[in-house]
Amino acid sequence: MDRFVWTSGLLEINETLVIQQRGVRIYDGEEKIKFDAGTLLLSTHRLIWRDQKNHECCMAIPLSLVVFIEEQAAGIGKSAKIVVHLYPAPPNKEPGPFQNSKNSYIKLSFKEHGQIEFYRRLSEEMTQRRWENVPVSQSLQTNRGPQPGRIRAVGIVGIERKLEEKRKETDKNISEAFEDLSKLMVKAKEMVELSKSIANKIRDKQGDITEDETIRFKSYLLSMGIANPVTRETYGSGTQYHMQLAKQLVGILQVPLEERGGIMSLTEVYCLVNRARGMELLSPEDLVNACKMLEALKLPLRLRVFDSGVMVIELQSHKEEEMLASALETVSEKGSLTSEEFAKLVGMSVLLAKERLLLAEKMGHLCRDDSVEGLRFYPNLFMTQN
Amino acid sequence: MAMSFEWPWQYRFPPFFTLQPNMDTRQKQLAAWCSLVLSFCRLHKQSSMTVMEAQESPLFNNVKLQRKLPVESIQIVLEELRKKGNLEWLDKNKSSFLIMWRRPEEWGKLIYQWVSRSGQNNSVFTLYELTCGEDTEDEGSPKVPVSTRKEGCLLFLPEFHGLDEATLLRALQALQQEHKAEIITVSDGRGVKFF
Repeated sequence: MDRFVWTSGLLEINETLVIQQRGVRIYDGEEKIKFDAGTLLLSTHRLIWRDQKNHECCMAIPLSLVVFIEEQAAGIGKSAKIVVHLYPAPPNKEPGPFQNSKNSYIKLSFKEHGQIEFYRRLSEEMTQRRWENVPVSQSLQTNRGPQPGRIRAVGIVGIERKLEEKRKETDKNISEAFEDLSKLMVKAKEMVELSKSIANKIRDKQGDITEDETIRFKSYLLSMGIANPVTRETYGSGTQYHMQLAKQLVGILQVPLEERGGIMSLTEVYCLVNRARGMELLSPEDLVNACKMLEALKLPLRLRVFDSGVMVIELQSHKEEEMLASALETVSEKGSLTSEEFAKLVGMSVLLAKERLLLAEKMGHLCRDDSVEGLRFYPNLFMTQN
Repeated sequence: MAMSFEWPWQYRFPPFFTLQPNMDTRQKQLAAWCSLVLSFCRLHKQSSMTVMEAQESPLFNNVKLQRKLPVESIQIVLEELRKKGNLEWLDKNKSSFLIMWRRPEEWGKLIYQWVSRSGQNNSVFTLYELTCGEDTEDEGSPKVPVSTRKEGCLLFLPEFHGLDEATLLRALQALQQEHKAEIITVSDGRGVKFF
């Protein structure tokens, strides 16, 4: 560790940056030292390490001091490392973090990965030895500040300089931060484009995507907040899940339907099914989609949507139209009835009672009297009388 | 008012006062309304009305049943009558209308028949003579034989006796269209010449 010298981190003329990597920790031999998080830069001439938290703290080793390098693979809880074996420091070496060290090697731990590429580039530089061809002037080896974190200055000038440095630092931090953000934005845009194109492919049924993949992909989209691309247009073809669910529903609903005269509103079904399930509750959307498949799968139940938009589940054997004849009878007996009165008489929910009366009206069996007293249904004498 | 007027069964049927959403049912309902309006106006000798009057009239407002036909539905009934030729709006705002229990063309035909049968083609009548003259006496009652002063032949009393001027005029206009009559101006008003 005594081969490092303090540096400003600025590259010299003829010195070019090869690669850099964040999140690198330095070990003095096997020992952990305080330099635990920094950006490691490889140039044509040096290895430079700058502390991420304190940019003033910056040191470098000339590549000419490197004997050879080794890779150390990552383990459980351990990051990948590069071991750098070094020649002894020259006698006129500039000041650095350590005056002495018993170790002739250092370890660079890549906590944020990037070790493979870095190793490759470092090996390349070791092979090319460009620092020998393009020397940098001796004077530039000098450091700007003797210790990390402190600019040597006194008085007002010193204070001003400190402020200036701080401002520059802030600026740099911000630009760096935004650099990451703009990179993220670019990536995000690509992701969105990709998702869109795949979503389109699914919708247009182009490309070879299996059912399972489709479901998986859709769930990924959902988790990313992108709405399900396969919606009402494709409910007919449905998914495996909905098909299975539809079959399940038959099992759950058969008896309750029989008990309720063969017809139930979808909201009643929803409550019943979820109460029965206890866990893994169904979403309303899933229920509707499953119900839409009942008829296609030739199951003994079917989904029916009334003109008003009310949705019900009926037994296939249930014929609502036949119910109308008896509804007419009931209304005629009483002269006229409201939905509530009818519901009570027949033992149905008011919602379904109203739908039945409306259907009877649509078929011409009943007519309505709509006044401040409410909505009453009468036998359709307009048609039967005269 | 309508003492002798016999209301049809629909008038006591509450749904009659709600515009029916079922189109077939509605058709029957509107037909019943049209015929009720015409017979009501005929009996009450009402040839014109405003929409306001109509709303409050027992025609559309059955107090005993506590049902009124709402004004939007009244408008629909009136429009039906207009389409059939029994109603004419008297102003742009559609606030008052002429109601004719017989269409003008039908009146025209009757008048012309009467004129022809009594051999009075090419004669000129004032409007007053037509509807209120001796020849057309005895308002309202259907054809009752009465001797004329003209040729001693029997004439049935025409239905148009006592017809209001507005309707009469339209009837004559219809005949005019067919070139069977011509409305002319005479000294104290209007008259008509039959061909």
